[in-house]
Amino acid sequence: MRNVYVLGTGMIKFGRYPEKTVPELGGEAVLSALADAGIAMDQVQFLACGNFGQANASYAQRILQTVGQTGIPAINVANACATGSTAFREAYLSVGSGLYDIALAVGVEQMGKQGLLGGGAGGADPAYAPEGKLGSGLMPAVFGQAGMEHMRKYGTTLAHMAKIAVKSHKHATKNPFAQYRTEVSLEEVMNARMVAYPNTLFMCCPTGDGAAAAVLVSEDKLRQLAGGRKRPRIAASVLTTDPYTARDAALPDVSTLTRTAAQQAYEAAGIGPEDLSLTELHDCFASAELIHYENLLLCKEGEAGKFIDEGGGQHPDLGGKVPVNVSGGLLSKGHPIGATGVANICELVWHLTRDERARERQVPDAKVGLAHVIGLGSACTVNILTI
Amino acid sequence: MAEQSQTQGPRPIVPFLKLEPKPHLVGKRCGKCGAIYLSESRIACAKCMSRGPFSDVALSNQGKVHVFSVIHQSFPGIKTPYITAIIDLPEGVSVRANLIDFPAEKAEKDPHSLFDLPVEMVTEVVAKDREGHDVVRFCYRPKK
Ligand SMILES: [Zn+2]
Repeated sequence: MRNVYVLGTGMIKFGRYPEKTVPELGGEAVLSALADAGIAMDQVQFLACGNFGQANASYAQRILQTVGQTGIPAINVANACATGSTAFREAYLSVGSGLYDIALAVGVEQMGKQGLLGGGAGGADPAYAPEGKLGSGLMPAVFGQAGMEHMRKYGTTLAHMAKIAVKSHKHATKNPFAQYRTEVSLEEVMNARMVAYPNTLFMCCPTGDGAAAAVLVSEDKLRQLAGGRKRPRIAASVLTTDPYTARDAALPDVSTLTRTAAQQAYEAAGIGPEDLSLTELHDCFASAELIHYENLLLCKEGEAGKFIDEGGGQHPDLGGKVPVNVSGGLLSKGHPIGATGVANICELVWHLTRDERARERQVPDAKVGLAHVIGLGSACTVNILTI
Repeated sequence: MAEQSQTQGPRPIVPFLKLEPKPHLVGKRCGKCGAIYLSESRIACAKCMSRGPFSDVALSNQGKVHVFSVIHQSFPGIKTPYITAIIDLPEGVSVRANLIDFPAEKAEKDPHSLFDLPVEMVTEVVAKDREGHDVVRFCYRPKK
């Protein structure tokens, strides 16, 4: 693989845009990333577009029809919650392989007010729909129970998980791109309506609309186009799926594929978790963030609770260490599925390049960032960026 | 009349639940590595990558709670709160099901009281299908 750099990034504030079309949302992010990169659409040689909810809608092509029909190869990517980060990786591979010199990754989703629950019986007789009759297979149950495994093994408490939601909401107050920017107290989180134990309302990510884009270039193009600006290198871009476990039919294992991806990414990048300046990880639920502290080796096995109690994951401005989800994470920044994985990359890039867009929450002296996404099914990506 | 009772008889909610002669679950076991699947048929084994052969194995009606969640928000028609649990069976496979006869408030207040709790399978009618058959589910309750 050749060296690949992120030349430009753009995203729209996550929220609700019922008056806009999906190609418009994605197109806005693309135009913002192109402007940031200082290039025009006709310089882009390849486009990977991530959208999950309407994966058959050809949004890659419709975004080109919105911002520039240049005739380039374009692909549509769907990979559960890892849709955006998989599109980013496709763009990375297209440049890293030497096939193209400039590629664009965009992730976009318009979820409206649909519940996170989703699912249902389809065309079959609803009498046989298992949800609620044979337990729950929906995301709140799966990620809630992933946290329960930690509780079972290590005595972790609901309060530990609730503290993650408090941190996330506090971080988001400094991010103008976040969907929710209101602080909540530990008491408010713990007393909020329970969705699926152990996660209360504030411990579950919202649905919403959003888009994010990134321009990826080869080293030659970086020299030509960056105008002396330092740009982050993609030091690792890893994608994994879940290996067999005896509980697969009942409870997907969301940890092993994350651990494998993290190990592979650290090895490829030639760094360890202690070298990370910041991490954006997949906190679809507070219980998920807790187990990923250990899966990504940010703390020792079984010590996620202690890590949280000692200020782990908090922004250094708040007196914390090992900053995690300084953007507000999925819990507060939002989780428009296809956009999430690319938005993570934007956040890392902004800190590594001292970009104005991260000004209020800049992690001091940021040099290495890790972005992690997991989608049920399951797919996991870990991207490491260095400067 | 015999014909009518057959067309109107109860049906299991999933194919791996068998109602006769007594309600029980059936898995497909890989002859090579022993992995058990809760599907009607398998063309190959995801664990050992062999083509089996696969044979039916009757699963125990007793198990232990691995983990659980208490669901407070669900689809219309599903009564909440209810406990969803992952039940480990002695044959080395796990199933997902509702846990009944255990108070949801107690589960939330003292979650450790549920981990490893011995449970037994019971069946009950949960719906009527479009053809008028009773639909039967399996669930678990604390072992008496
Ligand atoms: Zn096998």
